Formats: sequence, C-alpha cells, structure tokens
Amino acid sequence: MNHPAPTKTPVLRLTGVTLHLGRDQQQVTALDEVDLTVAPGEFVAVTGPSGSGKSSLLAVGGGLQSPTRGAVHVAGVDLTTLKEHQRTAHRRRHIGYVFQHANLFTSLTAREQLLLTAHVAGRLDATTRRRADDLLEAVGMTARAGHRPDRLSGGERQRVGIARALVLAPEVLLVDEPTSALDRARARDIVGLLAEQTRLHRTATVMVTHDHEILDAADRVLTLRDGRLS
Amino acid sequence: MFLALRDLRVARGRFALIGAVVGMIAVLGVILSGLASGLADSGISALRALPVTHLAFDRSASGELFSRSTVTTDTARRWAGEPGVRKAEPLGQQLVHARLGGAGGKQLDLAVLGVRPDGFLAPPPLSGKPLSGDPNGVLVSEEIVKEGVRIGDHLTAGQAGTRLTVVGTIGRASFGHIGVVYAPLPLWQRLHYGLPGALPDAAAHQATAVALQLAPGTDTGAIDHRLGTRTVDKAGTYAASPGYTAESSTMTLIRGFLYAISALVVGSFFTVWTIQRRHEIALLKAIGAATGYILRDALTQAAVVLLAATAAGTAVGLVLGGALNGSAPFSLQADQVTLAAVLLIVLGLAGAAVAIRRITKVQALSALGGDR
Ligand SMILES: Nc1ncnc2c1ncn2[C@@H]1O[C@H](COP(=O)(O)OP(=O)(O)OP(=O)(O)O)[C@@H](O)[C@H]1O
Ligand SMILES: [Mg+2]
Repeated sequence: MNHPAPTKTPVLRLTGVTLHLGRDQQQVTALDEVDLTVAPGEFVAVTGPSGSGKSSLLAVGGGLQSPTRGAVHVAGVDLTTLKEHQRTAHRRRHIGYVFQHANLFTSLTAREQLLLTAHVAGRLDATTRRRADDLLEAVGMTARAGHRPDRLSGGERQRVGIARALVLAPEVLLVDEPTSALDRARARDIVGLLAEQTRLHRTATVMVTHDHEILDAADRVLTLRDGRLS
Repeated sequence: MFLALRDLRVARGRFALIGAVVGMIAVLGVILSGLASGLADSGISALRALPVTHLAFDRSASGELFSRSTVTTDTARRWAGEPGVRKAEPLGQQLVHARLGGAGGKQLDLAVLGVRPDGFLAPPPLSGKPLSGDPNGVLVSEEIVKEGVRIGDHLTAGQAGTRLTVVGTIGRASFGHIGVVYAPLPLWQRLHYGLPGALPDAAAHQATAVALQLAPGTDTGAIDHRLGTRTVDKAGTYAASPGYTAESSTMTLIRGFLYAISALVVGSFFTVWTIQRRHEIALLKAIGAATGYILRDALTQAAVVLLAATAAGTAVGLVLGGALNGSAPFSLQADQVTLAAVLLIVLGLAGAAVAIRRITKVQALSALGGDR
C-alpha cells in the first residue's frame, strides 16, 4: 500500500458527520460522528455489515443527503452550506457516483448511459466519446454497447454503471458495492480498473463493499459498524 | 434533448396515442376554422367588400340596424359636405323574394344593395355590363349564379312584381347568408317600398344608411349630432348584420372548448408520464443535471409531440377541408388555419408545462431507492 504524501490537500473530507434517519421511535443513527479524509489519488475501501451505514456515508459524501450534523468538504467547498441547485452543480463538476443498484436509464443503450452524463455536464465531445468507448472496452461491454438495460444481465448493468461514473474522470469517486453481481475474475478486473483510474486521474475514491477479496487493491481499509467509522 | 428524443423512440406507442388525440383535435380545428370563416363569409362578405370606412345609420335605430334604419338621400348629401368626409353616398339594403322569370319560376332570396350606378359603391362587373345602363339592370353575385341565374335572365321581385334584368355578375358577396344583388338606387327604392303603383315622394328619397369614406380622426360625434345619424365603423357594422354575433360567438365558444380540452388532455398525459419517470428524474439530478436541463428536456419532448401531431392533423384537416371547400358555408383561410394550429400547440405546451413543473420537486436522493 502506498500512502499519498500527507501534504496533499484532501478533495474529500467529512468532519463530525452524524446522520439520523427516520422519525421519533423509528429513528436510526445511520452515521455517528464520522471523520474521513481522502487525498487525490487515494483509494479508500470501507467495509461493514449490512445496515451499518455504508450507503449513507456515500449519499452524504455525494451531497445527495444532508447530514444532521457535521461538515462535508468536496473540492474545497462545504456541501452543507450550499443550496440544492449549487450542490447539484457541484456534483456535476466534481463527483462520480456508482449506485448500489446500477440505476440505468431504461431508454438509453449502454453507450448512451455514458454519453448522457457528459451531455448533462455540457462535455459531450469527440474526446469524451472516445473515452466512453475505451471505458466500455475496459469493463468488457463493447459487444453490448448498443443494448438497453432490459437486455443486459445484472452484472452487465453494474459494469455500465461503473463506466458511467468514470466517464468524466471526476475528482471524487464514490462507489457502492461495485462487485455484488460479478464473478470473482470479473470483480478483480473491475476493482483493478477503479484503482488504475484513481491513480491515473488523481481521483479521491471511496469504495464501499463487503467483499473482502477485493480489499487489497485499496490504499486504506476502514470499517463501519453501527454508523461509526474505524 | 438527449434523453427526451430517446424516450420518444422507446415509448413511441404511448406518445403515438397522445399524438393521435392531438392530431384529431387539429383536424377538428381546421374544419371548425373553415366553418367559422365560411359562416363569416356568408354573413358579411358583402359588407367586408364595401369600399367604405364607416356607415352612418338613422340615430333612432338600434340592434339590427340594416333592417331598422332609414336615412334620406338628403342626409347623404349633407354628410358629403362635412369636414373630413372624402366620400358619402346613400346605400340601400333590402331582403326580397324573387322568382326566376315569371310566375312559377324558381324561387330565390335576394339581398338587394341599392347604390348610385355611377357612384363609388357600384362594383365593377366580372362579366356583363355595369349598372349604369339599364335602369332595371342588376348585378348578381356568384351565390345567385349558383342558383342558376344567368346574364339576360329576368327576375320578378317582391309583392309588386318588380322586374329585374340581370346585366352582369360580380364575385362572391352575401349578406346574412343570402346572395347579394346590386341594383341602382331608384330600383332599390321601388323594391323597398314594395307596393305597386307610383312611388310616393318620401320613398323616392330613402336609403338604409350613408356609406362613408372618412379621413382618419374625423369627428363623427359632432356630425352625427348635427345630422341625426349614428356612425359605425366598418367592422362594427358586422355585428349589426343578421345572426352574425350569435354565430361567431358560438363558433368561438366551441373552438375555445376544443383547445381547453386539448390542453387538459395533454396536461394529464404529461402528468402521468412525469410521475412514471420520477425515478429517472431523481437519477438525472443525482448525476448532476440542473432542474433547468431536465425541464428543457421534458418541454422539448412535449413540443416535438405537439408539433408533429398538429402538423399531421392540420394536413389531414386541409385534405378533408379541401373536399368541403366551396360548399357553403365553408372556407379555409390560411391565417385562420395557422392560428388554430398555433393555439393548439401553445395551449398544449402550457398544459404540459404545468404537468412537467413537478420535476422541480423530485429529490436526487430518491435515486438511491427507498424513501429516505
Ligand atoms: N429512510 C430511512 N428511514 C429510516 N432508516 C433508514 C432509512 N434508510 C436507511 N435506513 C437505515 O439506516 C441504516 C444505514 O443504511 P445504509 O443503507 O446506509 O446501510 P448499508 O450499510 O448500505 O447496508 P447494505 O450493505 O445492506 O447496503 C440502516 O439501519 C437502515 O435500516
Ligand atoms: Mg448499501
């Protein structure tokens, strides 16, 4: 494991983040005083049992959910101080998100899923198209690039979702269970790709998983238990 | 437009359905617009064609001015001397029954307009001779020609059996859905009087109104006051012709309802559609799409559907209407058809916009599934 130099300014920093979900009797503490700092080019893996708050950690880190308490800095800006539309713009410019369930658009082909992300960001040009094709190749989806999600398997959809998050080479990459639907060999390839892209584009990557076999690709492995990170 | 167009392609069945509804409304829109223009034509086309800016009626007449007003040729002469008046001549209007030829001939209704044969109101004939020759000569409109009346034919009109000779024809002209006949004023006065025998002196100086060409800004109020008339501008006279106001407001009401229904149907469709794609809207926000981007995308989709459906429907309407065209009362007018199409699109877009607005309320977090 090669740790990045500590002088690097972090791109992702959560400080004292607490998240309560639900109301009254049903209230759950999904995140409990979480501190997490990720530097550019650093690949952090977070494990933990089901319901420990892994998806919640990414939702807060990606500005999809505001924490009950604490600060979330992404690329130098505290997301909790932003308005909704500013958070959306910040996500567009700095964050790539791999959802736990592939979450693809039903009317788009695999390739178009990637292109839409670029179009949304106003960056749909020849370079991005080429990068989209390269990423589809890297996740082994070239032959299926013209298929829509209803004709893809669960694992294929998951791989398209991963390629989509990488298409704009974001500064912060948040990855939720990327290998849950993949076989062993394919899982290794995919995590290898995430690690390679992290180094290449100096991305701050947080990958959430309970697959212990893929942890050795990460620079650091943290554990979440009942919303506490250690 | 990236997602909207692909959604259109993939969900084409659903969009074809709403497109068919809008398209059929567009067909109806064309037909109704043809009917409205046709009704207006057969109601007032003769008035519209008059080379006047205003008509001055008898001040004491109200409502259906054309059947209630009587002025004298002297009033017309005095109008001609007032400041700002470029032209002023008496105009007579009278509905009469007539027979083609003598007794037993085909029965006809005529809207007879009486004018000075050599005055500015007398229309130039399309065929035949002008009014200025034969004192019993009349010009008949295309509507009357369609009834089988030809140049050289004789018509026997009114109780008094006044004989009219057709000397020429003019284009389409009707008044209150009745074909127009132009007659020299003295002949018109005899028809208006209606009784056989010599014309009394009073009847020999009558007309219905004074036809005017006024300079802009002419103070008609003062002149009306002096001459005992009531001046109405040309468009204002349409309302005074039989049935015109009731017909045009009924048509407007029907068309208004049609477009309101269309807007509501389109609105309902896009409401359901937007609710169905809530998850994808959340996902768009999660990958960073601004609300404006999503709204534009969705509105473009609605616009494409409305444009395509309206264009197709209008084309079908024009083909169907083309078959009806000419058979009264139906007349297709380019500006009216265009207006109908534009209204359909604009109101449909308004309906869609209201439906699509709910996009703004969708939370990016919903993309993760569940209800956080
Ligand atoms: N809307 C909600 N209301 C209340 N509690 C919720 C809500 N959503 C999630 N939770 C709870 O928050 C906790 C953390 O959920 P989270 O989805 O972050 O877990 P996770 O670690 O990602 O689990 P998994 O490995 O199964 O995906 C869980 O106990 C879950 O039951
Ligand atoms: Mg999870």
